[in-house]
Amino acid sequence: MIQLTVNGQKRQFDGDPEMPLLWYLREELQYTGTKYGCGQGLCGACTVHVNGKAVRSCQTLMSSAAGQSITTIEGLSATASHPVQQAWRNHDVPQCGYCQSGQIMQAAALLREKPRPTDAEIDAAMKGNICRCGTYQRIRAAIRDASGQTVKGAR
Amino acid sequence: MQNMQNMQKIDFLPRRTFLAHLVSSSAFLIGARAAGLDFTGATTGELVSDADKAAWNPNVYLGIEPDGRVILIMHRSEMGTGSRSVLPMVLAEELDADWKQVTLEQAIGDQKYGSQNTDGSCSIRDFYDTFREAGATARLMLERAAAAKWGVSAAECRVANHFVVHAPTKRKLGFGELATLARQQPVPRKEELRFKSRADYRYVGKHLPTADRDSLVNGTGIFGIDATMPGMVHASIERSPVFGGKLKSYDDKEAKTVRGVLQTVTIPDLAGPTMFQPLGGVAVIANSTWAAAKGREKLKVEWTESPNAGYDSSKFRQTLLETVRQPQKVVRNVGDVDAAFAKATNIHEAEYYAPHLSHAPMEPVAAVAEYKDGRVVCHANTQNPQAVQDTVAQALGIDKKNVECHVTLLGGGFGRKSKPDYVAEAALLSKAVGKPVKVTWSREDDIRFDYYHTVAAMYMKAAIGERGKPTAWLQRVAYPSIGTTFNPAATHAEAFEMMMGWNDVPFDIPNHRAENGPAKNHVRIGWLRSVANIYQAFAVHSFLDELAHLAKRDSLEYLLDLLGAPRIVKLDNNYINHGKSQDQYPLDIGRMRNVVEMAAEKSGWAKKRPGAGRALGIAAHRSFLTYVAAAVEVEVDQSGRVSIPNIEIAVDAGTIINPDRVRSQFEGAGVFGASIALMSGITAKNGMIEQSNFHDYRVARINEAPRQVNVHILNSSAPPAGVGEPGVPPVIPAICNAIAAATGRRIRELPVGRQLA
Repeated sequence: MIQLTVNGQKRQFDGDPEMPLLWYLREELQYTGTKYGCGQGLCGACTVHVNGKAVRSCQTLMSSAAGQSITTIEGLSATASHPVQQAWRNHDVPQCGYCQSGQIMQAAALLREKPRPTDAEIDAAMKGNICRCGTYQRIRAAIRDASGQTVKGAR
Repeated sequence: MQNMQNMQKIDFLPRRTFLAHLVSSSAFLIGARAAGLDFTGATTGELVSDADKAAWNPNVYLGIEPDGRVILIMHRSEMGTGSRSVLPMVLAEELDADWKQVTLEQAIGDQKYGSQNTDGSCSIRDFYDTFREAGATARLMLERAAAAKWGVSAAECRVANHFVVHAPTKRKLGFGELATLARQQPVPRKEELRFKSRADYRYVGKHLPTADRDSLVNGTGIFGIDATMPGMVHASIERSPVFGGKLKSYDDKEAKTVRGVLQTVTIPDLAGPTMFQPLGGVAVIANSTWAAAKGREKLKVEWTESPNAGYDSSKFRQTLLETVRQPQKVVRNVGDVDAAFAKATNIHEAEYYAPHLSHAPMEPVAAVAEYKDGRVVCHANTQNPQAVQDTVAQALGIDKKNVECHVTLLGGGFGRKSKPDYVAEAALLSKAVGKPVKVTWSREDDIRFDYYHTVAAMYMKAAIGERGKPTAWLQRVAYPSIGTTFNPAATHAEAFEMMMGWNDVPFDIPNHRAENGPAKNHVRIGWLRSVANIYQAFAVHSFLDELAHLAKRDSLEYLLDLLGAPRIVKLDNNYINHGKSQDQYPLDIGRMRNVVEMAAEKSGWAKKRPGAGRALGIAAHRSFLTYVAAAVEVEVDQSGRVSIPNIEIAVDAGTIINPDRVRSQFEGAGVFGASIALMSGITAKNGMIEQSNFHDYRVARINEAPRQVNVHILNSSAPPAGVGEPGVPPVIPAICNAIAAATGRRIRELPVGRQLA
């Protein structure tokens, strides 16, 4: 029996310990904001926080999630009012929106570690998260905005 | 089968039949108006939308409730282009509704809405007039209802922000109060409609937040991969690694030992034209996506040898190049190219090549379907729910009226999700197992079994005259056509492919010939964002720039010289022009010059000189009836790595509804174009696709994408054109032209990859 905490709630799991956390979150708990994109840790669509750190849930086995505290996009803030989410709205970042849960979780983890990241630090932190619609410049602007820095090339 | 093929071909070839679609959508509107006298309104199908059920539904696109709520039907799919956010603005504008009292309802697949195929950058272009008419019709009926209630002249009654106001007495009634009265009004004739003047627009031309912004930021938006049905099971499908391979035998003993695996089911081999049919294969059914995938890994499957087993990209490249070195079918001829070449003393030739591409939307295709009592209900990330109805009906041998297709949000589409093979897979499997079945393609499935953007070779030849300007220009192209997906015997490009930057090259050159050679397909070929414009514009606008360099002239000045004086270029009468007349949407060199000059000015073209591996490149291309120029700055480092600090894109797309969504589409086009130019490519060996995931099918990441794309929208009152696709084609040659300016190395094959190393 694997015990873990998801978005503040204690959970138990007695299925396949090799199942990635991604599928547990999506199909057992119906936290479908966390997305499948590649299954290989290449795209970042499945990014969640494990003890506050950004982690690819498609590469995190249930066995290694035991005892950990998981936060998904649904649990990032009670009212979707995290500064990163607010900035995402202000900049109308999403196009299709599919990758954006992962982008937001990655950005929120970045700002926790580096409250005022440089552009190079933003790129280094975000380069694992692919956006096929190409919203990168708005992502960068929104992160700067959320960190209280001036936004270059603002609309 | 023939009938089905024609029907789907029409649906997929909207470029050929846009007029037919328009006529049909207008016809539905008119039909709806007539039916508007009846409480059940415009509903012709068995299924009724919330808008249909509203107290009053003046036409299929809206309903008004007694509480004043206006329900707008969104019949197009949302895949990131903003359809759901933009088209409703048009209707709300003409209705003069209060945006806060407008709710959106996503339509199921139903032909009563006209074409729902969200494809070809046509949502605004083809439905702008229809939606204006829908709004204006309802507005006039509301005014007449109020006039009747007050016993005054309708001319004294005007709608203002969700109310009808009687100006002389300042009385007013809300939309909700008038809904049931308005229903009794005769439906006005089109000639009676009044349209708002642009000066009075409150929504159109303004930045409104996107419709799904909040649900996409808090994780609650429901995509195809998120859709569920009670009691559903999951499927993962093993398919022949070579297109055309058939199932020989399989052993599922080990697969069935995997915890959670329930059974295996075969999907019949594909027979007849490819169309949107499933590829066939062996499905593992399980109680979770993970268990299904794990079970699939344990399957032992043997396939017959396919006629495509010899498909090898490097060999096929040679085949295509040999084809374009020989005279081929003439698709456009101006003047006498041969005579001009015979006289010429200076000839320049070049060959270009562009590989297959995969759509790779971030969300793979996914659908959940339930077959029960001869009916299918499904939820899918589809660009074309009516094609879902057709395809599922065909696969299961039922009437398409018995296919109910709900459209989820789409995590990207780029053309992949207008081909609903995956929905038919889910429906077939549901019928076999007697439960709702969810089919989720893995990324590997997505990359290996796509309807690929085709592979193309281009041969270009020019006779160089005074000041390096061509006196004759010959262009020849060969590629497996999208037509092969619908007709296996197809050899040459379809007219709609030629339309995309091949038989409409607008340069001021007296002798010009465009040709097209044959090619055979070995994989499924489909349309990908910008379609044939991608490789055709790459060759044309790169070659133009080659000629500028040969002439030692400035690329911008040379481009403007080749475009020539502002004028209307009359194309052949059989030129499709996206189904629009050349009178309404002419090829206007003045508008092309304007975008070129705007992009150049914003890039600082006149002041910047190449240096230290850094330079500007420019290209301009009209596609989807929109004029776009891109001025790109590249930097090439010592190791040959290309980065793109800046792109200036100038756009004339005619009338604009939501400028922020136009900007976002062109920002994205800069990134999409950079991926194609620099790193994306699909290759085959022994008939099998060599790439499988984002490590070897590369698309631009934040640190590889253009750092900044600035979008400049030209003011225009011309009819609306396309926005989703036309940004991509000019970006690619502009990047390559910038590389040539920076390094002296001409890129003649995509992607750039490590060519500069």
